[in-house]
Amino acid sequence: MKQVDVVIIGGGPAGLAAAIQLYQKGVTNILILEREKKLGGILRQCIHDGFGLTRFGETLSGPEYASRFVRQVEELKIPYLTDTTVLELTRERMVYASSAVHGFLEIQAKAVVLAMGCRERTRGAISIPGTRPSGVYTAGVAQAYINLKNKMVGKEVIILGSGDIGMIMARRMTLEGAHVQGVFEIQPYPSGLPRNIEQCLHDYQIPLYLSHSVTEIKGTDRLESVVISQVDEHLNPIPGTEKEYPCDTLILSVGLIPENELTWMAGAREDQGTKGAAVDEFYQTTVPGIFAAGNVLHVHDLVDFVSLEAERLADGAARFVQEGDLPGSGLKVQGDGMVGQLVPTRFSGQEDVTVSFRVRRPVKNCTIMICQGEKTVKQVKRAKALPAEMIQIPLRAADLKQEGDLEVKVVW
Amino acid sequence: MKSYEVMVIGAGVVGSAVARELSRYQLRICVLEKELDVACGNSSRNTGMLHAGFTYKPGSLKAECAVEGNQEFDQVAGELGVPFKRTGKLVVGFTDHDRENILKYKAIGEENGVKGMRMIDKEEISRIDPNAGGEFAMFVPSSGILDPMQYTIALAENACQNGVEFQFGQRVVNIRRADQAGQVRYLVETETDTFETKWVINCAGMYASEISEMLGYPNYPTKGFKGEYYVLDKKAGAFLSIPVYPAPNDKGGFSTHATPTIDGNVLVGPDSYLTEGREDYVVTKEHMDGLFADGQKMFKQMRREYFIRNFAGIRWKRYDPDTGSILDFKLESDDAHPNTVNLVGIESPGVTCALPLARRAAARLVEKEQPRKNPSFDPVRPVKKRFNEMSHEEQAQAVARDPLYGEIVCRCETVTRAEILAAIHNPLGGHTVTGIKNRTRATMGRCQGGYCETRITEMIEEELGLKPEQVRFGRKDSYLFTGRVREAEQDLKRSCEG
Repeated sequence: MKQVDVVIIGGGPAGLAAAIQLYQKGVTNILILEREKKLGGILRQCIHDGFGLTRFGETLSGPEYASRFVRQVEELKIPYLTDTTVLELTRERMVYASSAVHGFLEIQAKAVVLAMGCRERTRGAISIPGTRPSGVYTAGVAQAYINLKNKMVGKEVIILGSGDIGMIMARRMTLEGAHVQGVFEIQPYPSGLPRNIEQCLHDYQIPLYLSHSVTEIKGTDRLESVVISQVDEHLNPIPGTEKEYPCDTLILSVGLIPENELTWMAGAREDQGTKGAAVDEFYQTTVPGIFAAGNVLHVHDLVDFVSLEAERLADGAARFVQEGDLPGSGLKVQGDGMVGQLVPTRFSGQEDVTVSFRVRRPVKNCTIMICQGEKTVKQVKRAKALPAEMIQIPLRAADLKQEGDLEVKVVW
Repeated sequence: MKSYEVMVIGAGVVGSAVARELSRYQLRICVLEKELDVACGNSSRNTGMLHAGFTYKPGSLKAECAVEGNQEFDQVAGELGVPFKRTGKLVVGFTDHDRENILKYKAIGEENGVKGMRMIDKEEISRIDPNAGGEFAMFVPSSGILDPMQYTIALAENACQNGVEFQFGQRVVNIRRADQAGQVRYLVETETDTFETKWVINCAGMYASEISEMLGYPNYPTKGFKGEYYVLDKKAGAFLSIPVYPAPNDKGGFSTHATPTIDGNVLVGPDSYLTEGREDYVVTKEHMDGLFADGQKMFKQMRREYFIRNFAGIRWKRYDPDTGSILDFKLESDDAHPNTVNLVGIESPGVTCALPLARRAAARLVEKEQPRKNPSFDPVRPVKKRFNEMSHEEQAQAVARDPLYGEIVCRCETVTRAEILAAIHNPLGGHTVTGIKNRTRATMGRCQGGYCETRITEMIEEELGLKPEQVRFGRKDSYLFTGRVREAEQDLKRSCEG
């Protein structure tokens, strides 16, 4: 059995940033476990640009963004194992992993960083009626086939969901010679970033239809067509609005779900808002010594924020390893009805806290208020707030008290 | 022209069982299947129940075979290495009318020879499963759950291992009688080939009436009773240890119920409605909504976040056109149609009845032909323990022995590269993504192939030397790729994947 100070599960943007920051904080006995053949995570297949504006002040492709961290990991000689899948994580921070290259591994860690990322919501999860032909892909799978595996998935394309990957795939499929008939979004507003609507749809004359959804999939062997209906304000299809679109490919970009199998195995408590672990301001889960950051914690809009969050996590995890403990986080963070995917949900009142959340629907000219008891800790005005964008508000320890829960409110 | 002594039409659970039973004899046997693998029709579209046999009419072939098939299944599962668990079943009731119906079927079950059924009170229900509803229940200890795809594959592989040939992608379009030198001979024509055979056994499932007519038997009228299902995440499976059925209605049918699967998921369904289409496997919003509402009554953990998938299956029942009443399984052979065995209207409980039906079908041939026993027949199909069922110690040993066990291809179901390779090179020769799923469970988990499908398709190409556009998802024309995105693939692969 191997013993290390910190095992980092996942060598994508969160895991890499956490590893480097831990190392720089003096925690060097660490091990990154990555299931793929190379470090970099999902960025490896994101060959478009737009990454890094916040973190590096310049725009990079996904592989370029990842390589900056990978290079640093190599330079610092931070130990990592690729081709290695973690099978089990216990409450006592025992890690069981399997690898064709490194064999079967048992590792005892003082602390564990969960950085497994997220997975895509599937057709089954949203119960699309119809038959089950081939030609129905989630956006990330289609992206992996085209960018990594050099396989073209289809020619006549419909995209369901205006998530960022869906829009990026609309452009990608177009560039590779496919015909994208349109992007259809069930909500009355787009779920991806405004810049992607401009650069991936408008620039390529790909129409975006809001309040529309696929209501039937047709075809016995390969996809032959989809039926699309308009939906009402309760997202129910409006009878009589059905229109059939012949196509051979349906790409789904209908949401991401944090990939937390190992988290629950270890006994950490789930937060119903994020579907990730409930954490405090140190990104520590309810299991002492197990930390989580990045998309495994809550789905981010930009990778830059994933890296920054993982670096903050590393500060806490390093302290946990070096001091054996962290301040107790007995106070709650709560949001009003407009606040979704709130992180963290607990805090100590003794340390800086970065509160992050998304609004539940688009609003203009709003004020974000963060209060502790009677006191307004912070007030931020915004010209607009979109569900597609994660809002992050840093709070300083000096402004916080060690009693009283935090309230996050959006007023307009 | 290829020539056989026996042609079995259809590689569903019944056809595979017939092939396996006939492989006990020295016969040249071939199974013709229109799809690219076994278990592509309703053999894979059912609840995976080993039925006890308490709802079928006493004296019927259904009742006889269900009870027989149920009682022998521990041995069968052991021989063939089929995942199976005798969970028992709770048939729960709330009202006096429910009690009357339950007692009626308890009496029928006893007459059919079902053992150990007993009425239990609420307290005992909660001892058996705290999540089961009901004021009282009938506990049926002999019911069980199995993986119907694995079972069909196991029967077929065991047949194959004992000398039976399987031909896929062969839809039978015509059968001609063409005796030679006083010997009975049939020419079986598919879309592409003609085969010569002495015997024909019709196991064509939903198409059995069409084959029946080709053989000169009547085109028996059948009606399709379609049922839709929800598949729930294994997280929901943790809440259900035993199938919980509502009291049967006055006709002996069960409305929507919740059944744990042998792998730890939960199936909610089926409902039941008539369909005209032979392969109308469309799932509909109307029925999904109905399953969601009804399912919540039987299973409190029926939550949207647990939805993985939907599917539909169809029970093609034989019926009397004059009265409309449902008829028993048909198993026939007569001198007017020499050297044939005709099986029509085999629907639920077809999985439970497959081997008993197969033995009865085989007996007709054996009686007439008196074939010699196959001296090398082995009823045991060797199977390897699944990686995800091993202890960590066993996993470590497996990886040490064969490093390919160390590579996890399917994350949700923990399926290794070694296991996917074995599935690609299965003895039957089916190699669709669905076939690999049915053999290994890869792509069956909560991410539905999001992680592993790209790997599996690549392995199929590499192992079998196929081009991307030759890979099939499930059916004949279910291509996944239109070709390469760009040339110089090897260079690209090196730079992308190292």
